[in-house]
Amino acid sequence: MIKELILVFVAAVLVNNFVLKYFLGICPFLGVSDNLHSAVSMGFATTFVMSITAPVAWCIKHFVLDKLGLPFLEYVCFIIVIASLVQFVEMVIKKFYPALHQAMGIYLPLITTNCAILFMALQLVLREYSLLRSIVFGFGSGLGFTLAITIMAGIREEIEFCDVPRCLKGPGITLIIAGLLALIFVGLGGLIKVN
Amino acid sequence: MTKTPVILKDFAKGLWQENPVFRLLIGMCPTLAVTSQAQNGLAMGLATSFTLIASSTIVSIFRKLIPKEVRIPSYILIIATFVTIVSLYLQAKFPDISKDLGPYIPLIIVNCLILGRQEVFASKNPTHRAAADALGMGLGFTISLVALGMVRELLGSGTIFSFKVLGDGFRPWIIMLTPPGAFLSLGLMLGMINIIDRLLKGKS
Repeated sequence: MIKELILVFVAAVLVNNFVLKYFLGICPFLGVSDNLHSAVSMGFATTFVMSITAPVAWCIKHFVLDKLGLPFLEYVCFIIVIASLVQFVEMVIKKFYPALHQAMGIYLPLITTNCAILFMALQLVLREYSLLRSIVFGFGSGLGFTLAITIMAGIREEIEFCDVPRCLKGPGITLIIAGLLALIFVGLGGLIKVN
Repeated sequence: MTKTPVILKDFAKGLWQENPVFRLLIGMCPTLAVTSQAQNGLAMGLATSFTLIASSTIVSIFRKLIPKEVRIPSYILIIATFVTIVSLYLQAKFPDISKDLGPYIPLIIVNCLILGRQEVFASKNPTHRAAADALGMGLGFTISLVALGMVRELLGSGTIFSFKVLGDGFRPWIIMLTPPGAFLSLGLMLGMINIIDRLLKGKS
Protein backbone atom coordinates (compact mmCIF):
# COMPACT_ATOMS: atom_id res chain seq x y z
CA MET A 1 0.00 0.00 0.00
CA ILE A 2 2.67 2.46 1.13
CA LYS A 3 4.92 1.26 -1.67
CA GLU A 4 2.21 1.90 -4.23
CA LEU A 5 1.69 5.43 -2.95
CA ILE A 6 5.42 6.13 -3.12
CA LEU A 7 5.46 4.86 -6.69
CA VAL A 8 2.57 7.15 -7.67
CA PHE A 9 4.38 10.04 -6.00
CA VAL A 10 7.77 9.48 -7.66
CA ALA A 11 6.09 8.93 -11.01
CA ALA A 12 4.18 12.19 -10.73
CA VAL A 13 7.19 14.25 -9.65
CA LEU A 14 10.00 12.86 -11.79
CA VAL A 15 9.09 10.28 -14.40
CA ASN A 16 5.88 11.78 -15.75
CA ASN A 17 6.73 15.37 -14.96
CA PHE A 18 3.70 17.39 -16.03
CA VAL A 19 5.64 20.22 -17.62
CA LEU A 20 8.45 18.39 -19.34
CA LYS A 21 6.63 15.26 -20.44
CA TYR A 22 2.99 16.22 -20.95
CA PHE A 23 3.53 19.93 -21.81
CA LEU A 24 1.11 21.13 -19.17
CA GLY A 25 1.30 24.51 -17.54
CA ILE A 26 3.64 25.81 -20.23
CA CYS A 27 2.18 29.32 -20.03
CA PRO A 28 3.22 29.97 -16.41
CA PHE A 29 6.37 27.91 -17.05
CA LEU A 30 7.47 30.39 -19.72
CA GLY A 31 5.83 33.48 -18.28
CA VAL A 32 6.68 33.43 -14.58
CA SER A 33 10.09 31.76 -14.71
CA ASP A 34 12.17 34.92 -15.17
CA ASN A 35 12.97 35.25 -11.49
CA LEU A 36 13.48 32.65 -8.84
CA HIS A 37 11.29 34.13 -6.14
CA SER A 38 8.12 34.44 -8.20
CA ALA A 39 8.73 31.03 -9.76
CA VAL A 40 8.84 29.36 -6.35
CA SER A 41 5.72 31.26 -5.20
CA MET A 42 3.85 30.21 -8.33
CA GLY A 43 4.98 26.63 -7.87
CA PHE A 44 3.77 26.36 -4.30
CA ALA A 45 0.50 28.16 -4.99
CA THR A 46 -0.18 25.65 -7.77
CA THR A 47 0.79 22.69 -5.58
CA PHE A 48 -1.58 23.94 -2.91
CA VAL A 49 -4.53 24.24 -5.28
CA MET A 50 -3.75 20.88 -6.89
CA SER A 51 -3.62 19.07 -3.54
CA ILE A 52 -7.10 20.38 -2.68
CA THR A 53 -8.56 19.90 -6.16
CA ALA A 54 -7.64 16.19 -6.29
CA PRO A 55 -9.87 14.96 -3.42
CA VAL A 56 -12.68 17.38 -4.30
CA ALA A 57 -12.72 16.25 -7.93
CA TRP A 58 -12.68 12.61 -6.78
CA CYS A 59 -15.66 13.16 -4.47
CA ILE A 60 -17.65 15.01 -7.13
CA LYS A 61 -17.03 12.28 -9.67
CA HIS A 62 -17.96 9.44 -7.32
CA PHE A 63 -20.71 10.97 -5.20
CA VAL A 64 -22.42 13.32 -7.65
CA LEU A 65 -21.77 12.62 -11.33
CA ASP A 66 -21.81 8.82 -11.13
CA LYS A 67 -24.84 8.77 -8.86
CA LEU A 68 -26.84 11.03 -11.15
CA GLY A 69 -25.56 9.50 -14.40
CA LEU A 70 -24.19 12.74 -15.84
CA PRO A 71 -20.72 11.84 -17.11
CA PHE A 72 -20.87 14.42 -19.93
CA LEU A 73 -20.95 17.24 -17.39
CA GLU A 74 -17.48 16.24 -16.20
CA TYR A 75 -15.58 19.05 -17.95
CA VAL A 76 -18.02 21.76 -16.92
CA CYS A 77 -18.15 20.56 -13.30
CA PHE A 78 -14.40 20.21 -12.87
CA ILE A 79 -13.58 23.59 -14.31
CA ILE A 80 -16.17 25.26 -12.08
CA VAL A 81 -14.71 23.44 -9.06
CA ILE A 82 -11.21 24.60 -9.95
CA ALA A 83 -12.26 28.19 -10.60
CA SER A 84 -14.19 28.46 -7.35
CA LEU A 85 -11.45 26.69 -5.36
CA VAL A 86 -8.90 29.15 -6.63
CA GLN A 87 -11.19 32.00 -5.65
CA PHE A 88 -11.78 30.43 -2.24
CA VAL A 89 -8.10 29.80 -1.59
CA GLU A 90 -7.35 33.38 -2.51
CA MET A 91 -9.93 34.68 -0.05
CA VAL A 92 -8.70 32.45 2.79
CA ILE A 93 -5.08 33.40 2.26
CA LYS A 94 -5.98 37.07 2.02
CA LYS A 95 -7.89 36.92 5.31
CA PHE A 96 -5.55 34.80 7.43
CA TYR A 97 -2.10 35.14 5.86
CA PRO A 98 -1.86 38.65 4.43
CA ALA A 99 1.94 38.41 4.08
CA LEU A 100 1.66 35.26 1.98
CA HIS A 101 -1.08 36.89 -0.08
CA GLN A 102 1.22 39.81 -0.81
CA ALA A 103 3.91 37.43 -1.96
CA MET A 104 1.82 35.39 -4.38
CA GLY A 105 -1.32 37.47 -4.78
CA ILE A 106 -1.16 38.16 -8.49
CA TYR A 107 -0.36 34.56 -9.37
CA LEU A 108 -3.39 33.04 -7.69
CA PRO A 109 -6.08 33.98 -10.24
CA LEU A 110 -3.77 32.79 -13.04
CA ILE A 111 -3.86 29.27 -11.65
CA THR A 112 -7.41 28.73 -12.94
CA THR A 113 -6.14 28.61 -16.52
CA ASN A 114 -3.22 26.36 -15.68
CA CYS A 115 -4.07 23.31 -17.75
CA ALA A 116 -2.07 21.03 -15.43
CA ILE A 117 -4.83 21.20 -12.81
CA LEU A 118 -7.71 20.25 -15.11
CA PHE A 119 -5.55 17.51 -16.63
CA MET A 120 -4.75 16.13 -13.19
CA ALA A 121 -8.46 16.07 -12.23
CA LEU A 122 -9.42 14.28 -15.45
CA GLN A 123 -6.56 11.81 -15.20
CA LEU A 124 -7.34 10.62 -11.70
CA VAL A 125 -10.84 9.80 -12.91
CA LEU A 126 -9.55 8.12 -16.05
CA ARG A 127 -7.00 6.01 -14.16
CA GLU A 128 -9.59 5.10 -11.52
CA TYR A 129 -7.38 6.07 -8.58
CA SER A 130 -8.60 5.62 -5.02
CA LEU A 131 -9.12 8.69 -2.86
CA LEU A 132 -5.78 8.35 -1.07
CA ARG A 133 -3.91 7.80 -4.34
CA SER A 134 -5.63 10.81 -5.86
CA ILE A 135 -4.40 13.04 -3.06
CA VAL A 136 -0.83 11.77 -3.43
CA PHE A 137 -1.09 12.15 -7.20
CA GLY A 138 -2.32 15.74 -6.92
CA PHE A 139 0.37 16.72 -4.44
CA GLY A 140 3.12 14.99 -6.45
CA SER A 141 2.06 16.60 -9.72
CA GLY A 142 2.14 20.00 -8.07
CA LEU A 143 5.63 19.35 -6.69
CA GLY A 144 6.77 18.22 -10.15
CA PHE A 145 5.55 21.51 -11.59
CA THR A 146 7.33 23.42 -8.81
CA LEU A 147 10.55 21.50 -9.49
CA ALA A 148 10.49 22.23 -13.22
CA ILE A 149 9.66 25.93 -12.89
CA THR A 150 12.29 26.43 -10.15
CA ILE A 151 15.07 24.80 -12.18
CA MET A 152 14.04 26.88 -15.18
CA ALA A 153 14.05 30.13 -13.21
CA GLY A 154 17.51 29.35 -11.82
CA ILE A 155 18.91 28.78 -15.29
CA ARG A 156 17.21 31.85 -16.71
CA GLU A 157 18.65 34.09 -14.02
CA GLU A 158 22.12 32.93 -15.03
CA ILE A 159 21.47 33.29 -18.74
CA GLU A 160 20.49 36.93 -18.35
CA PHE A 161 24.19 37.84 -18.52
CA CYS A 162 25.04 35.58 -21.45
CA ASP A 163 25.44 36.58 -25.04
CA VAL A 164 22.40 34.94 -26.62
CA PRO A 165 21.90 35.33 -30.42
CA ARG A 166 19.56 38.25 -30.95
CA CYS A 167 16.84 36.28 -32.73
CA LEU A 168 16.61 33.74 -29.88
CA LYS A 169 16.41 36.26 -27.03
CA GLY A 170 13.50 35.71 -24.65
CA PRO A 171 11.11 32.86 -25.45
CA GLY A 172 13.32 31.23 -28.07
CA ILE A 173 16.22 30.42 -25.78
CA THR A 174 13.82 29.53 -22.96
CA LEU A 175 12.19 26.86 -25.13
CA ILE A 176 15.57 25.45 -26.11
CA ILE A 177 16.60 25.21 -22.45
CA ALA A 178 13.26 23.52 -21.75
CA GLY A 179 14.12 21.04 -24.51
CA LEU A 180 17.43 20.18 -22.83
CA LEU A 181 15.71 19.86 -19.45
CA ALA A 182 13.13 17.55 -21.02
CA LEU A 183 15.98 15.45 -22.38
CA ILE A 184 17.32 15.03 -18.84
CA PHE A 185 13.88 14.01 -17.59
CA VAL A 186 13.58 11.45 -20.38
CA GLY A 187 16.64 9.88 -18.80
CA LEU A 188 14.73 9.54 -15.52
CA GLY A 189 12.10 7.51 -17.38
CA GLY A 190 13.77 4.20 -16.57
CA LEU A 191 13.64 4.90 -12.84
CA ILE A 192 10.43 2.98 -12.27
CA LYS A 193 7.85 1.34 -14.49
CA VAL A 194 4.59 3.22 -14.66
CA ASN A 195 1.75 3.43 -17.08
CA MET B 1 -14.48 54.83 -43.38
CA THR B 2 -16.38 51.77 -44.50
CA LYS B 3 -16.81 48.73 -42.32
CA THR B 4 -14.94 46.24 -44.45
CA PRO B 5 -11.35 47.34 -43.76
CA VAL B 6 -11.87 47.13 -39.99
CA ILE B 7 -13.13 43.57 -40.22
CA LEU B 8 -10.32 42.64 -42.59
CA LYS B 9 -7.80 44.14 -40.21
CA ASP B 10 -9.28 42.23 -37.27
CA PHE B 11 -9.07 39.08 -39.32
CA ALA B 12 -5.56 39.55 -40.70
CA LYS B 13 -3.76 40.45 -37.50
CA GLY B 14 -4.10 36.92 -36.16
CA LEU B 15 -2.20 35.51 -39.11
CA TRP B 16 1.16 37.22 -38.65
CA GLN B 17 1.36 40.40 -36.53
CA GLU B 18 -0.36 38.86 -33.54
CA ASN B 19 -0.01 35.20 -34.39
CA PRO B 20 -1.02 33.46 -31.16
CA VAL B 21 1.74 30.85 -31.18
CA PHE B 22 4.74 32.59 -32.70
CA ARG B 23 4.12 36.17 -31.55
CA LEU B 24 1.95 36.17 -28.43
CA LEU B 25 3.18 32.78 -27.13
CA ILE B 26 -0.21 31.68 -25.87
CA GLY B 27 -1.90 28.32 -26.21
CA MET B 28 1.47 26.59 -25.99
CA CYS B 29 0.36 23.39 -24.27
CA PRO B 30 -1.59 21.86 -27.17
CA THR B 31 0.90 23.37 -29.62
CA LEU B 32 3.74 21.33 -28.19
CA ALA B 33 1.75 18.27 -27.20
CA VAL B 34 -0.07 17.21 -30.34
CA THR B 35 2.27 18.26 -33.14
CA SER B 36 4.27 15.07 -33.54
CA GLN B 37 2.12 14.59 -36.65
CA ALA B 38 0.82 17.28 -39.00
CA GLN B 39 -2.60 15.64 -39.09
CA ASN B 40 -3.08 15.87 -35.33
CA GLY B 41 -1.93 19.49 -35.42
CA LEU B 42 -4.59 20.22 -38.03
CA ALA B 43 -7.31 18.46 -36.01
CA MET B 44 -6.37 20.29 -32.82
CA GLY B 45 -6.21 23.60 -34.71
CA LEU B 46 -9.68 23.12 -36.18
CA ALA B 47 -11.17 22.00 -32.85
CA THR B 48 -9.72 25.04 -31.10
CA SER B 49 -10.83 27.37 -33.90
CA PHE B 50 -14.40 26.09 -33.73
CA THR B 51 -14.52 26.62 -29.99
CA LEU B 52 -12.94 30.06 -30.30
CA ILE B 53 -15.30 31.28 -33.03
CA ALA B 54 -18.42 29.91 -31.34
CA SER B 55 -17.61 31.28 -27.90
CA SER B 56 -16.39 34.65 -29.19
CA THR B 57 -19.67 35.10 -31.03
CA ILE B 58 -21.77 34.12 -28.02
CA VAL B 59 -19.76 36.22 -25.59
CA SER B 60 -19.96 39.20 -27.90
CA ILE B 61 -23.74 38.86 -28.26
CA PHE B 62 -24.20 38.71 -24.48
CA ARG B 63 -21.46 41.18 -23.62
CA LYS B 64 -23.89 43.72 -22.15
CA LEU B 65 -25.76 41.13 -20.10
CA ILE B 66 -22.84 39.43 -18.34
CA PRO B 67 -22.05 41.18 -15.03
CA LYS B 68 -18.46 42.27 -14.77
CA GLU B 69 -17.78 40.46 -11.48
CA VAL B 70 -18.60 36.99 -12.77
CA ARG B 71 -17.38 37.40 -16.32
CA ILE B 72 -14.47 34.94 -16.15
CA PRO B 73 -16.58 32.03 -14.80
CA SER B 74 -19.25 32.84 -17.40
CA TYR B 75 -16.71 32.75 -20.23
CA ILE B 76 -15.26 29.48 -18.98
CA LEU B 77 -18.73 27.99 -18.78
CA ILE B 78 -19.53 28.99 -22.37
CA ILE B 79 -16.18 27.63 -23.57
CA ALA B 80 -16.56 24.38 -21.63
CA THR B 81 -19.97 23.80 -23.23
CA PHE B 82 -18.54 24.08 -26.74
CA VAL B 83 -15.55 21.91 -25.87
CA THR B 84 -17.93 19.21 -24.64
CA ILE B 85 -19.71 19.40 -28.01
CA VAL B 86 -16.41 19.12 -29.91
CA SER B 87 -15.26 16.24 -27.75
CA LEU B 88 -18.47 14.22 -28.23
CA TYR B 89 -18.48 14.99 -31.98
CA LEU B 90 -14.89 13.78 -32.43
CA GLN B 91 -15.60 10.65 -30.40
CA ALA B 92 -18.56 9.82 -32.63
CA LYS B 93 -17.20 10.74 -36.06
CA PHE B 94 -13.39 10.48 -35.82
CA PRO B 95 -12.58 7.93 -33.09
CA ASP B 96 -8.95 7.62 -34.27
CA ILE B 97 -8.21 11.33 -33.98
CA SER B 98 -10.11 11.47 -30.71
CA LYS B 99 -7.88 8.72 -29.35
CA ASP B 100 -4.67 10.41 -30.58
CA LEU B 101 -5.52 13.78 -29.08
CA GLY B 102 -6.86 12.05 -25.97
CA PRO B 103 -6.63 14.16 -22.83
CA TYR B 104 -5.71 17.32 -24.72
CA ILE B 105 -9.25 17.88 -26.06
CA PRO B 106 -10.76 18.85 -22.68
CA LEU B 107 -7.72 21.07 -22.13
CA ILE B 108 -9.01 23.37 -24.90
CA ILE B 109 -11.20 24.81 -22.10
CA VAL B 110 -8.18 26.24 -20.32
CA ASN B 111 -6.34 27.25 -23.49
CA CYS B 112 -5.37 30.81 -22.62
CA LEU B 113 -5.77 31.79 -26.28
CA ILE B 114 -9.56 31.37 -26.10
CA LEU B 115 -10.09 32.96 -22.68
CA GLY B 116 -7.68 35.73 -23.63
CA ARG B 117 -9.62 36.63 -26.79
CA GLN B 118 -12.91 36.79 -24.82
CA GLU B 119 -11.36 39.09 -22.22
CA VAL B 120 -9.40 41.31 -24.61
CA PHE B 121 -11.62 41.44 -27.67
CA ALA B 122 -15.01 39.72 -27.75
CA SER B 123 -16.29 41.31 -24.54
CA LYS B 124 -15.65 44.82 -25.86
CA ASN B 125 -16.49 44.67 -29.56
CA PRO B 126 -19.58 44.14 -31.72
CA THR B 127 -20.38 40.64 -32.90
CA HIS B 128 -19.14 40.85 -36.48
CA ARG B 129 -15.74 42.16 -35.38
CA ALA B 130 -15.46 39.54 -32.64
CA ALA B 131 -16.22 36.80 -35.16
CA ALA B 132 -13.63 38.15 -37.62
CA ASP B 133 -11.04 38.36 -34.87
CA ALA B 134 -11.79 34.80 -33.73
CA LEU B 135 -11.61 33.51 -37.30
CA GLY B 136 -8.21 35.13 -37.86
CA MET B 137 -6.81 33.97 -34.54
CA GLY B 138 -8.13 30.45 -35.09
CA LEU B 139 -6.65 30.30 -38.57
CA GLY B 140 -3.30 31.65 -37.35
CA PHE B 141 -3.27 29.06 -34.58
CA THR B 142 -4.13 26.24 -37.00
CA ILE B 143 -1.45 27.29 -39.49
CA SER B 144 1.19 27.43 -36.74
CA LEU B 145 0.26 23.99 -35.47
CA VAL B 146 0.32 22.48 -38.96
CA ALA B 147 3.69 24.14 -39.70
CA LEU B 148 5.25 22.81 -36.51
CA GLY B 149 3.64 19.42 -37.08
CA MET B 150 5.01 19.24 -40.63
CA VAL B 151 8.56 20.02 -39.51
CA ARG B 152 8.44 17.49 -36.68
CA GLU B 153 6.80 14.77 -38.77
CA LEU B 154 9.22 15.30 -41.67
CA LEU B 155 12.32 15.02 -39.50
CA GLY B 156 10.90 12.49 -37.07
CA SER B 157 9.44 9.96 -39.47
CA GLY B 158 10.25 11.21 -42.98
CA THR B 159 6.60 11.79 -43.88
CA ILE B 160 4.18 14.71 -44.21
CA PHE B 161 0.49 14.02 -43.57
CA SER B 162 1.52 10.33 -43.61
CA PHE B 163 2.84 10.57 -47.21
CA LYS B 164 6.41 9.40 -47.57
CA VAL B 165 8.56 12.36 -48.58
CA LEU B 166 12.12 11.44 -47.74
CA GLY B 167 13.63 8.34 -49.36
CA ASP B 168 14.69 5.12 -47.74
CA GLY B 169 18.21 6.45 -47.14
CA PHE B 170 16.88 8.86 -44.54
CA ARG B 171 17.25 7.77 -40.96
CA PRO B 172 14.42 9.28 -38.86
CA TRP B 173 15.35 11.58 -36.00
CA ILE B 174 13.30 9.91 -33.28
CA ILE B 175 13.99 12.79 -30.91
CA MET B 176 11.74 15.08 -32.95
CA LEU B 177 8.75 12.97 -31.92
CA THR B 178 9.58 13.13 -28.20
CA PRO B 179 9.02 16.03 -25.76
CA PRO B 180 12.59 17.43 -26.05
CA GLY B 181 12.22 17.61 -29.84
CA ALA B 182 9.00 19.57 -29.46
CA PHE B 183 10.63 22.22 -27.27
CA LEU B 184 13.76 22.44 -29.43
CA SER B 185 11.94 22.73 -32.76
CA LEU B 186 9.52 25.36 -31.48
CA GLY B 187 12.42 27.34 -29.97
CA LEU B 188 14.34 27.29 -33.24
CA MET B 189 11.22 28.16 -35.25
CA LEU B 190 10.64 31.19 -33.00
CA GLY B 191 14.19 32.29 -33.80
CA MET B 192 13.56 31.92 -37.53
CA ILE B 193 10.28 33.84 -37.33
CA ASN B 194 12.11 36.65 -35.54
CA ILE B 195 14.72 36.81 -38.32
CA ILE B 196 12.06 36.82 -41.06
CA ASP B 197 10.14 39.51 -39.21
CA ARG B 198 13.20 41.70 -38.91
CA LEU B 199 13.98 41.29 -42.63
CA LEU B 200 10.40 42.23 -43.53
CA LYS B 201 10.54 45.29 -41.31
CA GLY B 202 13.91 46.29 -42.73
CA LYS B 203 12.44 46.31 -46.23
CA SER B 204 9.42 48.46 -45.51
